[in-house]
Amino acid sequence: MSDDIWIIGTAMTPIRRHLDRDVLDLAVEASLGALDDAGVTMRDMQVMAVGSQFEPFTFGQDVQKQIGQTGIPLYNVHNACATGATAVRSVLMEIRAGEADMGLALGVEKMTGSSPPYRMTPPKAGKVFEPEGRDGHVLATEGVLGTGQMFGVFAQTGTDYARRHGGVGFEQFAKVAEKNHAHSTLNQLAQYQRPYSLDEIMNAEMLAYPNTLPMSCPTGDGAAAVVLVSDAKLRSLDPDVRRRAVKISAAVMTTDPYDPSGFAHPDVNTLTRNAADRAYEQAGIGPEDLDLVELHDCFATAELVHYDNLRLCAPGGAGEWIDRRAPWRDGELPVNVSGGLISKGHPIGATGVANLYEVATHLRGEAGDRQIEGARVGLTHVIGLGSVCVVHILERAAS
Amino acid sequence: MTRQMPVVDYLVIDDGPPHLAGHRCDECGAVYLERRNACAACGARTFSPTRLPATGRIESFTIVHRGAPKHVGPFVSVLVRLADGTFVKANLVGVPPEADAVDFGVPVRLVTYAAGTDDDGTEAIAFGFTYDEPTAPAEG
Repeated sequence: MSDDIWIIGTAMTPIRRHLDRDVLDLAVEASLGALDDAGVTMRDMQVMAVGSQFEPFTFGQDVQKQIGQTGIPLYNVHNACATGATAVRSVLMEIRAGEADMGLALGVEKMTGSSPPYRMTPPKAGKVFEPEGRDGHVLATEGVLGTGQMFGVFAQTGTDYARRHGGVGFEQFAKVAEKNHAHSTLNQLAQYQRPYSLDEIMNAEMLAYPNTLPMSCPTGDGAAAVVLVSDAKLRSLDPDVRRRAVKISAAVMTTDPYDPSGFAHPDVNTLTRNAADRAYEQAGIGPEDLDLVELHDCFATAELVHYDNLRLCAPGGAGEWIDRRAPWRDGELPVNVSGGLISKGHPIGATGVANLYEVATHLRGEAGDRQIEGARVGLTHVIGLGSVCVVHILERAAS
Repeated sequence: MTRQMPVVDYLVIDDGPPHLAGHRCDECGAVYLERRNACAACGARTFSPTRLPATGRIESFTIVHRGAPKHVGPFVSVLVRLADGTFVKANLVGVPPEADAVDFGVPVRLVTYAAGTDDDGTEAIAFGFTYDEPTAPAEG
């Protein structure tokens, strides 16, 4: 018996603009899917966590009212784009603390039919200037004092990397999107499933240089869930469940250590590096042992810098790494074979669970057309801007 | 004379040449542009006003097209590291909104311009950065 925590069930919905389904429909599909996959029911769950960035109040209890009210502890979680991963961590920590031996973590988001969450309010006509907020602003500062829009923030993260390291330009960032859109052609759960040529990507609508529209994650709806168990509990379960179990070899969460630049512009590098280094240490492996990675490519610029932050490429060598197609599914270390956030989609609360679904499915050898053959070890990574980072390392059950 | 207000309170326009002002931690010297309760670096709780330098270097940029305010149009957003190590985000002004126009090698300096007028005729004075060289265009 050990302290290991295992995934025994997982499911996700297709990511779409689900105009005919509400957020509970999606939450229930993923939750019941994960329970069915594990061969267990809500009566076996001793804890539950539900992650959604935009659903208010006690949304998790609303989900329980659809799938089973058994009186167990429940966490409603929101933590920006790391919301789903934080729900997983909540369940994992309850099990690790000995409070539970089996639990359900769900991440879900319904983003269509609502206003884009990041749009800034333009200055109103008919107004007398009055200082507001901690910076005493008298008008909307978006476009006046730089940008806080997501695609712009991550664009600046990319040009910062390009300034510090050679061999990185618009084309290298565009190649990331070319790869992820190619990968998603094999993933029926993905929101986009068609290839984009490099020319098409580079000549598409520019959102914020160097991120064009197909280099940016779409708005979509979806849900994903996992069932976690303790090592002791796993030993009591059916051999078929044990055979398909996936070990969580590392689970690390970090936030920003103090840095003077972080107040003017979020630093997504340092906390990712800290999380990755601690995860490799926890798992007792290095990046060279990984068979696949699902990382947080909300924009193409983000994926490129995380090659370096997660130690996948040589220091400073992210441009050269994508140039030689290392992260393609037939390359040295496949990255985002699901299509990533850029092409699979990014329903915010679901994302940090959907990446576990993807890697676990490969480690079980059940990923169908997009299976990475013989995958034994995989890493997942999410960033919630502000910031929070969660890295998991998963391993196939020893057979 | 037209009444003027700074777009944010860390821009000082009524005490000599326009400049940025911050809150410096009395313990560790960390500088913040916005009012703070305690220091993120060391936890100390007292701060003193500090005048920030007008020149710096561009650390990163983007050119925002989608979602740019209509009255602004595509703009260049830059993260600037001031000469004292304080970071500030702003627009790069006086250059066309094109990637080739952004040069990390050229120092930048603070400039101000009117960003809007309210119903009372009060002007909001914004700051931006422009290339700190004699040939750089001065208008925003």
